Amino acid sequence: MQVVVDLNRCQGYAQCVFLAPRVFELHGEESLLYTPSVPDDQRERVVQAATACPVQAILLGEAAGVA
Amino acid sequence: MSRDPWDGRIVIVGASLAGLRAAETLRAEGFAGELTIVGDEPHPPYDRPPLSKQVLLGRARAEDCVLPARRETGATWKLGVRAAGLDGDGRQVILANGEHLPYDRLLIATGTRARPWPQPEEAALDGVFTVRTMEDAGRLAERLDAGPRRVLVIGAGFTGSEIASACRERGLAVTVAERGPAPLIGALGGTVGSWAAELHRSHGVDLRCGVTVTALRGSGGRLTGAELSDGSALDVDVAVVALGAVRNTEWLADSGLAAGPKGVACDAGCRVVDMYGIVTDDVFVAGDVARFPHPLFQYQFLALEHWGNAVAQAEVAAHNMISRGRERRPHLSVPAFWSSQFGLNIKSVGVPTFSDQVVIAQGSPEERRLVAVYGYQGRVTAAVTVNSAKSLEHYEELICTGAPFPPGPDAADHVPGREPEPSDVPDPRGLTHGPTVALTGHLPDRRLVVLRPGG
Repeated sequence: MQVVVDLNRCQGYAQCVFLAPRVFELHGEESLLYTPSVPDDQRERVVQAATACPVQAILLGEAAGVA
Repeated sequence: MSRDPWDGRIVIVGASLAGLRAAETLRAEGFAGELTIVGDEPHPPYDRPPLSKQVLLGRARAEDCVLPARRETGATWKLGVRAAGLDGDGRQVILANGEHLPYDRLLIATGTRARPWPQPEEAALDGVFTVRTMEDAGRLAERLDAGPRRVLVIGAGFTGSEIASACRERGLAVTVAERGPAPLIGALGGTVGSWAAELHRSHGVDLRCGVTVTALRGSGGRLTGAELSDGSALDVDVAVVALGAVRNTEWLADSGLAAGPKGVACDAGCRVVDMYGIVTDDVFVAGDVARFPHPLFQYQFLALEHWGNAVAQAEVAAHNMISRGRERRPHLSVPAFWSSQFGLNIKSVGVPTFSDQVVIAQGSPEERRLVAVYGYQGRVTAAVTVNSAKSLEHYEELICTGAPFPPGPDAADHVPGREPEPSDVPDPRGLTHGPTVALTGHLPDRRLVVLRPGG
């Protein structure tokens, strides 16, 4: 599973950081860094994070292309 | 063209963010015909913003940055092959391997590439990098892991600044050389640029403005140093060339379309214009390679190297490719981008370079939290926030409604005694880094030709 965050939309509420800290990380007060390729054991947490995002900035999906 | 807009053959040239999102939108909106996507890189679509951030910080691997799909596209992917030409009359794309791809409708989404170091022998030295592709970022991250003595970053635009920031965070010595007077000045103007200069220096960057790198020196094929225009020399084992981007339009040179170094011109509906200024109805464009008229900015043609624009424009272009007449939509979204550097979140909405004045409306440079509001001829045209992302939506509304600038005494963000100052947007020709927003038209009030009566 891959993740991309629309950082134009992100306002740093950091719900994702609480729910899936191994994938989402705040860098400073407001900058979000994330691991684009989600480890299998983090999928459930990342789905929760995407659902909880107040501005719905997190997109999850299987890797694009060549299918 | 096939009479049914949901049928026929669509070719998308460009397999990055814009190409992918366009393909998904075509299917989501009912396109049932043949879809082919051509990409010159061998990879499926991947996300570039993390390459100069997470990847250089060592927190993600370059090859992991593949984009998530929104849906299946059922497309035929032709990856690792470049488009070499376009036969608009015969409606076919000519690939570098000689293959001809016939289409009924075409989307151009070929984007940009890193502007290379102008001296090919110097550019070929081991230790000289650009950061645009997955391979670029992966190789540079590996080299940074090895602990170079000093990194030279040539160009202090957003990419150059992010690279310098990542190096400092890794504890590496870094010099940034910029021909202009300050970092980020091409995108944000001189007032915010001077703040950015202070930011670099307070994080230990050896920032040299007003200088150019005149030569890269090597020994045995490896980079050893650089010479600057002020006569100084540096010992460096890594140099990152961050001179901005070049639009991938060469393949359209003989196409008869309005395509050149500034991009591919289109109308508000993403339909490409030909060299006579007449709009086509079967060729569309989206993403970094497009230049399009924007009503919020006096219909000037904008070329935006922005993630958000690639997505929004791809969606509009795809919609219009399979819609008729009044079902078509204009691409009107307000330009926006973000950058993460030195632990700060910098975001922008509107076009800061489309301005004559700027005022710090909230916060202050000292707090490392601020909102800079830009105005042009008395109305708000842009806002830049530093660690104040939640304010951005408000300013987007002001930009869209043409609110007066500067914010009046009744405005919540009015700070008494804080007056607007010139935004100090430089001529982009005087910068090392290219601006990521190019105003590619001319303002109606800037007369470029003066007619003098004879006698």
